Amino acid sequence: MKQTTPSQDLLAGIWKENPVLIQVLGLCPTLAVTNTVANSLAMGIATFAVLCCSSVLVSLSRKVIPNEVRISAFMLIIATFVTVADMCLEALVPTIHKALGAFIALIVVNCIILGRAEAFAFKRPVGRALLDACGNGIGFMVTLLIMGSVREVLGSGTFLGFSLFGPGFEPWVIFVLPPGGFLTLGFLLLFVSWREQRAALRAAGADAGAAARRVA
Amino acid sequence: MTEAALSPPAEQSVPTAPAPPEVSSLRLVLTLAVGGLVCGLLLVLAFQATLPAIQQNKEAAIERAVREVLNAPQRFVALFVHGGKLVAEAPAGVDAKGLERVFLGLDAASRPVGFAMVSGEPGFQDTVRLIFGCDAEGRTLLGMKVLESKETPGLGDKIEKSAPFISQFKGAAAPIVGVKAGDGSGKAEEIDMITGATISSKTVIRIINNKLEKMRPLLEAYGVETGP
Repeated sequence: MKQTTPSQDLLAGIWKENPVLIQVLGLCPTLAVTNTVANSLAMGIATFAVLCCSSVLVSLSRKVIPNEVRISAFMLIIATFVTVADMCLEALVPTIHKALGAFIALIVVNCIILGRAEAFAFKRPVGRALLDACGNGIGFMVTLLIMGSVREVLGSGTFLGFSLFGPGFEPWVIFVLPPGGFLTLGFLLLFVSWREQRAALRAAGADAGAAARRVA
Repeated sequence: MTEAALSPPAEQSVPTAPAPPEVSSLRLVLTLAVGGLVCGLLLVLAFQATLPAIQQNKEAAIERAVREVLNAPQRFVALFVHGGKLVAEAPAGVDAKGLERVFLGLDAASRPVGFAMVSGEPGFQDTVRLIFGCDAEGRTLLGMKVLESKETPGLGDKIEKSAPFISQFKGAAAPIVGVKAGDGSGKAEEIDMITGATISSKTVIRIINNKLEKMRPLLEAYGVETGP
């Protein structure tokens, strides 16, 4: 097991190991519910809450859950929190609950949550598990918000429902339709890997430069 | 949800070791059973805690919708459809929750201004559910509001969001007829359909016509019964 510091646990999920942009997990909600900023935000918050609660509980009970039934136990824990989140959303924000529809229940099968439980929380103390869950939850939420902002601004000409461009704007309807989700995610992934590649090239260039100076 | 609650007695071994010791099946079953029990308990608690708010939201949503499609009546009452008639109260021995409701709007002098009813039929993607209001005779529409639809965003969902489309239903003569936008001759029963969303538009028109045809005898019978 690689040793990490608490701050690394928290920060890794936000950018360096972002669940959507780097691990490319949880794409179903990322594509399906990001047609408006409000939906993205609600989905992000719901997933964040479920991820934190289940990671904490998985970490707390890691000594009593036998290895053989750990996945079933994870699913039990995750499904419980998702159902609770579903009921809370329906009670507190019925319009958003209606807009998200089946995708709230589908948080159960979001592989980010099961992934963090299996890869991290089941082997770490509860504090670290919580930090890691927070990091990944924030990373997921931020990605959804980026997707939601791009798609709502271009596809409806609004941000959180407020009109941005006035009546003259002809919205690019495709951005709120499923193809727009794929397009936006594709460009986002392209941008991230282009940045990574550039950073790698720069690091390699710096190494080569240092080596050349040593030779001289 | 504590560690203790999930933990069966005895067994101290940590199963994450590289070569885990054999665990008895009883312990596996027990772990999941206890876990399931605790989770079930948690769900019941959450369900009971949120139920009042959820029901209140649903009632409030229906009330808002009824007020909207009946042009804000002074007050409205719910009537039940039972035995081919509209009745003010569910008959004894029949659960009111299982009966279809029609809402009767009343003005300040308690005269009926119209009926609002909910109906749904398959649209382009999934069932479209809507509520619409008509006058007391069921001849003129007062308004329409889509309650539930999964129509294509940007096209079909205009049946829900486009104010020009929705406002046409106010004052339209039933049964309504859908016409291509701009092709109408200005008759009271014509509704301009949404360009690019013909199926969704026709669905709305079909839902209203079918429901009204079915309900008109009941509305008329109710009007005769209660008298002017």
